Amino acid sequence: MHAPDGFLEPWVAVATGIIAAIVLAFALRASERELGDRQVPLAGLAAAFIFAAQMFNFPVAAGTTGHLLGGCLAAILLGPWMGMLVVTVVVAVQALIFADGGLTALGYNVLNMAVVTAFGGWALFHLLRRVLPRNATGVIAASALAGALTVPISAVAFSIEWLFGATTNVSFADVFAAMVSVHMLIGIGEGLITGLAVSAVLASRPDLVTGARDLTPAELGERSPVGAKPFSIGALAAVVFVAGIVSQFAFDHPDGLEKVADDKGFGEVAKNHSFANSIFADYATQGIANERVSLAVAGVSGAAITLVVGYGIAIAGRRARPAAHV
Amino acid sequence: MGGRHARNASRDRATNRATSLHAHLHLPGHTVVHRLGAAPKIVGVVAFAIAVAVTPQRAWLVFGAEAAIAAGTVALARLPLRTALVRLAPVVPFLIVAALMPVVGRGARVDVDVGLFTLRLSREGLWAGGAVAAKTVLGATASVVLASTTPVPDIIGGLGRLRVPAALIAIVAFMLRYVDLLADQLRRMRTAMVARCHDPRWLWQARPIATSLGTLFVRTYERGERVHQAMLARGFTGTLPDGGRPLHQPPAREQVAPAALAGVPGLLAAAALVAWWLT
Repeated sequence: MHAPDGFLEPWVAVATGIIAAIVLAFALRASERELGDRQVPLAGLAAAFIFAAQMFNFPVAAGTTGHLLGGCLAAILLGPWMGMLVVTVVVAVQALIFADGGLTALGYNVLNMAVVTAFGGWALFHLLRRVLPRNATGVIAASALAGALTVPISAVAFSIEWLFGATTNVSFADVFAAMVSVHMLIGIGEGLITGLAVSAVLASRPDLVTGARDLTPAELGERSPVGAKPFSIGALAAVVFVAGIVSQFAFDHPDGLEKVADDKGFGEVAKNHSFANSIFADYATQGIANERVSLAVAGVSGAAITLVVGYGIAIAGRRARPAAHV
Repeated sequence: MGGRHARNASRDRATNRATSLHAHLHLPGHTVVHRLGAAPKIVGVVAFAIAVAVTPQRAWLVFGAEAAIAAGTVALARLPLRTALVRLAPVVPFLIVAALMPVVGRGARVDVDVGLFTLRLSREGLWAGGAVAAKTVLGATASVVLASTTPVPDIIGGLGRLRVPAALIAIVAFMLRYVDLLADQLRRMRTAMVARCHDPRWLWQARPIATSLGTLFVRTYERGERVHQAMLARGFTGTLPDGGRPLHQPPAREQVAPAALAGVPGLLAAAALVAWWLT
């Protein structure tokens, strides 16, 4: 995910850089307002925690290992502003000192790995908590699901940036399909570790889980053991199901896309329509059987991400409720 | 006996390398690159990265010039080649992506003979993959040179001189100061688990690891609060007293040549920008 220098067109790097810098400025202010002079040591230590957590491998299958990305975990534990700030610091230092990700790619790397994961994860966590029971189990399940979903969402965000700033003739549909399918699998591990880590913190210092501050001690006591195996197997089944549908329906068979287009009656229009002079990178739409369906996918997913991240920023901007216990 | 000692010693070194994140990044030296002020060096690295990023795909002459500058700087800094290559490891996934581009790319095909069989590769994809590989390696080399020739406190001081917001720099400084300590804590918990026959192979056996991550968070947060108390006890009022200034100011005459040296990638960046604009 740490994209290197020149992976997308320069103007995409500049545009995403400006967005990332603005959100970062707000995050710095918000965390200072919340923490005062505790901001520097606490955010610094929390960034060190995310950095260390990213180096720690967990088993995936038959001895292979993966590692945490941590954006959603940071948001749930520290709140979205501080979570975004902390992951941004990690990503920036990795680019400057550890040769991991390009310095000129910081704009889209921060946007995808810090902004989208922290605010998108926070929004999903909130939405999931509304439907899940109001107790420790509900918080843990919401953390796991939000953590699992932020990884493919971040991949979708990258695919959309590719649509605007592709530097080579790999189409948006190919990038979208490859990125999302790979990251759905990575998301299973991310979700599991996020949920279990939040569960461990809830057990010893529930006041440190920003996302669970509204729970009373009685509600915190209600926790059923969260099964790791059912989660892994269930999530894998869900991914295979989704991937199966998507590949059958669309990307592996461009005919499928055309069929949808014909059924909907805009196949002819799409064939005659050229997006060559549009703001989208020529490469990303080149060679796709039906540009319009592809752009519709991009548009809908882009709008959904913007909505989720915007919702996350909106609820993060609300005045934090005081801790209900201790 | 001696053999076992040597083996233990080499294992110790290996674990040190694996767990200590940035303490060994800086390779002390007295070359021109080492003596450069941190701030001009950072400017140079960023300018070089911009130049690399905007180099047009088929401008192989420009890539050649950039590669010469990168290789020249590595040689000038007398960085051991093996160390430099090991530190470039994070770019490997993107080299694989670059290698796939000619295969999945569309457009005109060219036949490439590879021993027994012929590959039909996308011509566009070959150029694009080559450019991605070159940009990835060149950009990463710049940051390897910076980290290998500049002590971390100097890099933080350099960021301060470049007017990066003070709160951000302080957070970076704290992160770098404590990350090794936390990594060691995590490693000790892992060792304790292994000593109790914990050998997970599948994802659903990851509970102890995730739980230790949660424990580490609690410990980290509490450490942060203790650090804050200690800072207050020493008169902390919200801003760090040294404001991110470097530990020692290099003499003025040493800073002139560095600024000029950093101008080289800057000029290159300008040239590449113009080239990108024109194509």
